[in-house]
Amino acid sequence: MDFNFTEEQSALQDTLRRFIAKDYGFERRRELACSELGFSRDTWRQFADLGLLALPFPEEYGGMGGNAVDTMIVMEAFGRGLVLEPYLATVVLCGSLVRDSGSEMQKKTILPAIAGGELLMALAHYEPGTRYELNHVQTTARPDAAGWVIDGAKSVVLGGPWADRLIVSARTSGDARDDAGISLFLVDRNAAGVALRAYPTQDGQRAAEITFTRVKAGADALLGAQGQGLAALARALDYGIAALCAEAVGAMAALNEATLEYLKTRKQFGQPIGKFQALQHRMADMLIAAEQARSMMYLASVKADSLDAAERSRNLSAAKAYVGQSARFVGQQAVQLHGGMGVTDELNVSHYFKRLTMINATFGDADHHLGRFSDSLLAA
Amino acid sequence: MDLNFTPEEQAFRQEVRRFIDDNLPAELSRKVLEGKRLTKDDYLTWHKILYRKGWIAPSWPVEFGGTGWNAVQQHIFDEECADAGAPMIMPFGLRMVAPVIMAFGDAAQQQYFLPKILSGEHWWCQGYSEPGSGSDLASLKTRAERQGDYYIVNGQKTWTTLAQHADWIFCLVRTSTEGRQQEGISFLLIDMKSPGITVRPIIMLDGEHEINEVFFENVKVPAHNLVGQENKGWTYAKFLLGHERTGIAAVGRSKRELKRLKEIARRETANGRPLIEDQRFRDKIAQVELELMALEITNLRVISAEREKRTPGPEASILKIKGSEIQQSLSELMMQAVGHYALPYSPEALDAGWQGMPVGADYCAPLAGHYFNMRKTTIYGGSNEIQKNIISQMILGL
Repeated sequence: MDFNFTEEQSALQDTLRRFIAKDYGFERRRELACSELGFSRDTWRQFADLGLLALPFPEEYGGMGGNAVDTMIVMEAFGRGLVLEPYLATVVLCGSLVRDSGSEMQKKTILPAIAGGELLMALAHYEPGTRYELNHVQTTARPDAAGWVIDGAKSVVLGGPWADRLIVSARTSGDARDDAGISLFLVDRNAAGVALRAYPTQDGQRAAEITFTRVKAGADALLGAQGQGLAALARALDYGIAALCAEAVGAMAALNEATLEYLKTRKQFGQPIGKFQALQHRMADMLIAAEQARSMMYLASVKADSLDAAERSRNLSAAKAYVGQSARFVGQQAVQLHGGMGVTDELNVSHYFKRLTMINATFGDADHHLGRFSDSLLAA
Repeated sequence: MDLNFTPEEQAFRQEVRRFIDDNLPAELSRKVLEGKRLTKDDYLTWHKILYRKGWIAPSWPVEFGGTGWNAVQQHIFDEECADAGAPMIMPFGLRMVAPVIMAFGDAAQQQYFLPKILSGEHWWCQGYSEPGSGSDLASLKTRAERQGDYYIVNGQKTWTTLAQHADWIFCLVRTSTEGRQQEGISFLLIDMKSPGITVRPIIMLDGEHEINEVFFENVKVPAHNLVGQENKGWTYAKFLLGHERTGIAAVGRSKRELKRLKEIARRETANGRPLIEDQRFRDKIAQVELELMALEITNLRVISAEREKRTPGPEASILKIKGSEIQQSLSELMMQAVGHYALPYSPEALDAGWQGMPVGADYCAPLAGHYFNMRKTTIYGGSNEIQKNIISQMILGL
């Protein structure tokens, strides 16, 4: 048992901390979020230069051979900086899907392109009306002479507007909620029949509703074994959940620091408001929530690489539920303790709060994952 | 970063487990696991088994008879003991007064007291709280006046856990009323057989006799039983409060109780199905389990920092708050699980030798009492509100 980072990991953490402090200040982040594009291609290139985009890929594909703990370090820093760039969509979700399920050819073409910063991707999986059900896929892929024809609709595709290529889940057999029969396809964002309605999200990022109408994909577009996509998706989304837990923990740490600073400087009744016990105890509760969430973040990252699917998803659900509960508490109380300032757009506090709230709504909220964890008690 | 125990740590766990399997008497562990009442002899039986093995004082330095285990090994040992249903090792001598004697006592005190704490010959209790001094401990009034080679002690201590068994009591007493109230306190070791000491039981809400009032009326205490310097007792008391870390989270015991809760929820039925299939109830178990999973890792984080001799900070307050809340939730859910069978009050069923017919299933009798009893956990050892004051001041700097 060891809670220390390796030298490389500590160096990575320092680099990221310096980068966020120096190059990713809150005002610059605000400008980016409001810009036409919504993120910075220069920053993305910097990420490539730092090796962040290559982190979780094997060295033979231009990667760094990192594990989920490395990703955790990146995402925690991104949480502190409220980073907008589509690291989760491109590197964590799509990158890991290609890494874990791709053919030799797919890995050889896609992973170095992601690592080099030339290729942005997005995962188009959830559909309207399916909430957080992983196996509920109505989009279809039918074989034709040249490969596949895809029809269907995907909802709230994170980073969708920026993606060059999409990974699309589609049913190649079975009924809408069958576990078997889901396949994954690599689809060009500009392919004929792909219609994309882009929008900003509450937390300053971008997403899209995407429809597929008789979209043609080649035979080589199939990612992983036909009909076996669900297990691959579950694994990638668990990896994404671990990343989101880390991002939330980073955001909570930043919020707690901001709130503590405010308690020490804001004066009312002739003294810093941090002298009032009602607020002291609230702040203590926020600290406890953040520390406990950090423990669950470690658990999530260590288990995200586990090959035992039941064990992995049980622990990832535990972490997502717990971090979601903590994030809700810390976010709401940070706003409360900042008083009127907490509900303004001007201060970064509301922006952290909104990101935490949206993280909770992504890939299953606290109730969803508590339920999944709870159901696993029946099997035990 | 690695949350797995090393092969050496796993081998150590196996060694501990084997020893417990071979040496913990079955009827004793059954008593503990079934929530039966434990006698003084029950505690001492296990104490002496560990003493003979040389494992009674995992937290002590080797030169005083400790095991030399690091914090992780101590944690593994605690966890295995809890899981097997070993009686709790009383902390008052081994984990509370002994470190103070080691750090601040003189050679004569160390030579006299420490071996008897190890062997179990001396059972200790803690004389801190008074009727007027709970959370505001420094306001304590029990007086000790120096007369020649003795202190004459007058006053009253309260909430004294298992004082009815104790041979010795370590007391905070007032030796001066000048200056700040913290500056007039001394740390005194008192023989419970001294004339003028009266122990009066306090019956707790579960009907059990666990705590006491202790009265001192002109009790003569040899001056050489003063630990360290006169009027420096508050420093030693704070040292003691900050010293006991391993175990404060009660992770091992709570893991055992969680297992028991799940067993009960499998055996109880609701709507003709096992209670654990009731989603509303199962989600509550799941919620406590999440809290416990997080606490287990938080506890290990604190313990590893200790292993690496990084100064352990006030994080112990976090462990105390979460650990006590979890113990309370588990006891509440176990009681809730048995429905109406929480109601019957049958204290005789808590005696191990009782042959009567239990009301309801055999596990029902102790559950409500256990729930009532566990309310103490957020009150004792510095109430959870006091712990939050400590976090505010020591960690947050408010």
